[in-house]
Amino acid sequence: MKLPTYALFLAVSLQLTAADWPQFRGASANALGGDAGLPARLDAKNITWAIDLPGRGLSSPIIVGDRLFVTCSSGPKQERLHVICLNALSGAKLWERQFWATGRTISHEKTCVAAPTPASDGKLVFAVFSSNDLVCLDLDGNLQWLRGLMSDYPNAGNSLGMSSSLIVADGALVVMSENDSDSFTAGIDVRTGVNRWKLERPKMANWTSPALLNDAAGKTQVLLQSGKGLAAIDPASGRTVWNFAGGASTIPSSTVADGIVFVPSGGITALEPSADGSAPKQLWKSGQLSPATASPVVLNKRIYTINNAGVLTCGDAVTGNRLWQLRMKGSFSATPVASGNFLYCVNEKGVLQVVDTTAPEGAITSELDFGKTVLGTPSIAHKSLYVRADGKIWKVGANEALLR
Amino acid sequence: MKPSSALLLAFLTTGLIAHAASAPSYAEQIKTIRAVGPQGKGNAEATAAWKKLSSANGASLTTILAAMDGANDLALNWLRSAVDTVAGREEAAGRKLPVADLKKFLADTSHHPRARRLAYELIAKADPAGATSLLPTLREDPSTEIRREAIQQLVDQATALTRAGNTNGAVPVFQSALRLARDVDQVDLIAKELKTAGQTVDLPAVFGWLTDWKAIGPFDNTGRAGFATVFPPEQSIDLNAELDGKAGKTRWVALKSKDDYGIVDLNKPFGDLKEVTGYATTTFFSDKAKKVELRLGSQNGWKIWLNGKELFGRDEYHRNMEIDQYRVAADLKAGRNVILVKVCQNEQKEEWTKNWNFQLRVTDAIGTPIAQAKP
Repeated sequence: MKLPTYALFLAVSLQLTAADWPQFRGASANALGGDAGLPARLDAKNITWAIDLPGRGLSSPIIVGDRLFVTCSSGPKQERLHVICLNALSGAKLWERQFWATGRTISHEKTCVAAPTPASDGKLVFAVFSSNDLVCLDLDGNLQWLRGLMSDYPNAGNSLGMSSSLIVADGALVVMSENDSDSFTAGIDVRTGVNRWKLERPKMANWTSPALLNDAAGKTQVLLQSGKGLAAIDPASGRTVWNFAGGASTIPSSTVADGIVFVPSGGITALEPSADGSAPKQLWKSGQLSPATASPVVLNKRIYTINNAGVLTCGDAVTGNRLWQLRMKGSFSATPVASGNFLYCVNEKGVLQVVDTTAPEGAITSELDFGKTVLGTPSIAHKSLYVRADGKIWKVGANEALLR
Repeated sequence: MKPSSALLLAFLTTGLIAHAASAPSYAEQIKTIRAVGPQGKGNAEATAAWKKLSSANGASLTTILAAMDGANDLALNWLRSAVDTVAGREEAAGRKLPVADLKKFLADTSHHPRARRLAYELIAKADPAGATSLLPTLREDPSTEIRREAIQQLVDQATALTRAGNTNGAVPVFQSALRLARDVDQVDLIAKELKTAGQTVDLPAVFGWLTDWKAIGPFDNTGRAGFATVFPPEQSIDLNAELDGKAGKTRWVALKSKDDYGIVDLNKPFGDLKEVTGYATTTFFSDKAKKVELRLGSQNGWKIWLNGKELFGRDEYHRNMEIDQYRVAADLKAGRNVILVKVCQNEQKEEWTKNWNFQLRVTDAIGTPIAQAKP
């Protein structure tokens, strides 16, 4: 008997691999795709496929094996929530599940309810929306559990919209629902959807996403950033391991490289976490590296930020010294992602600019205009970038057909 | 019994058994899923029940849809994803959806509006033209999503008439649409078309804003502490009382909104103040006891009471505001009801943080304004 291709596809048991992009900014939440084999130049010929989506969204697509998961919201009040699974290789839709928002869907017109990026542990997919609706599905779309966090905590919400993405660590799904009123972050059991722990957090709007840090013993810490600073949390228990109280931005998120935490605080502040849980050591602070909306990226011991004027600044990640600046086209909401020695930066007008970071002052090697507003951070897998906009998602990268 | 009769009986019996097996009630699974609740309650049990329920065939779609009647919001989502799964599998297998059953389900407005909307979407998927032909019968539908499409059909008709230069023909169609529309963006669009056509539109009446208020203030909100402070109006409302405010003695004053969107502006009687709290009260007469929604919009900290009972409050300042931003469930009693709103202003100095206001209307579940009874 000849099985349909999709049946064979579904029969494959999947686990996370190094090539996956299972959450916002990738497996290590640092926007690095490694030497993923992305071309140094990208143009329209590199678009492998372009697929219409049924709604709006700023969330990044996530990739587990050959499956891509993306969220959308639709309807006049963005009350219809979508979780969609595509075959990443072909763009074919494998399944879609829809839900009705149970929480408030009000947001600034620039953003929408599908702003936070989903996450996966390789077996399950977790999706959260600005309405504080949280769902868990297996990779085949079977519903495992769901929560209406705004039903549980009616004042957990932000009338401008929420955007903090999910992260999975030590069997806990870390959900930041930080806002001006009932502000919290919860660690939710990935199997049951029940709270393992819930932390009261600073009462202030917060659009940042968690970062990951592996301590000296190899144990994972989740970094929660807020206007007050940065807290390192043990994801299993919610215990605060260490705290940085120097204040931080509420839009761009921290990133980690070589055990150093780069916090958008007074520009950028580099922190060396302590081994004993005491306050981290400040290595440097630079106002010249101040990021706007996009989060910083650290690649090959250099730190890159984009300011409000769309200027890409390169700094020495060890000293904090500014090395060079490169004026890019447009302004940026999406965080750049890196592969090899290249940064892939999509501006708000949907123009992808590829930056060669080894050029003396940085150099833009190519541009690709998607022709639509792009606010979400791209994802990297399969020698390709996955870029989404309202109503559209593209795969762009090494075009094997052209290479043959 | 002749062998042929025995064979026939066996065939029929087997067929009946097979039929019964193909359309189980799924009562146990449905009960389990409907038991899900807050804080993840019932999720573990629902997972297995969902798996079984979502393995149903197309004939069970209306059974699952009917299970939504009276279900809570979380159970609705469990059930709708089961419907999506079943329908998706039927579609992928090239099997036809039970359109006749779905149409029958849709026609029964006693079913949950969301279940009926889902039924409509399945009908539209299987028979797009057939679904569109149903819309003229659905203009007063209790599902806002279905109603929206039906009203859009009217708007499209009126717009076509306008473009053809037949304004006189378009106006009554737009007027019908305005009477039936419940979504704010549709109301705005229709009102704009009618005004362009030279018609008068009483937007406050269309939306049902509460416009006549008595207000008192300012009380203190330094450091945003006033949000939690119980000032005298929260204990009793005496419209003749003189109270100690932030800047001395203060009294209740009349405050009427003439805004199309019902904005009740506390800056008008009290000045452009910062770190203050104000109160506004009004009465609402109901012909009988009924469940309603108090729909409020504000970008200030606020609390609301109905007949002395605090219903909800939120201490968020100057993030955003829209019509029906907050939908607060409330029980009106027959006769006179007293509504009290507390509105807090914070310390921010930017021009866009001057707003110290709110808007409020009393509606049914789909946003139809509730008419007041005579006092």
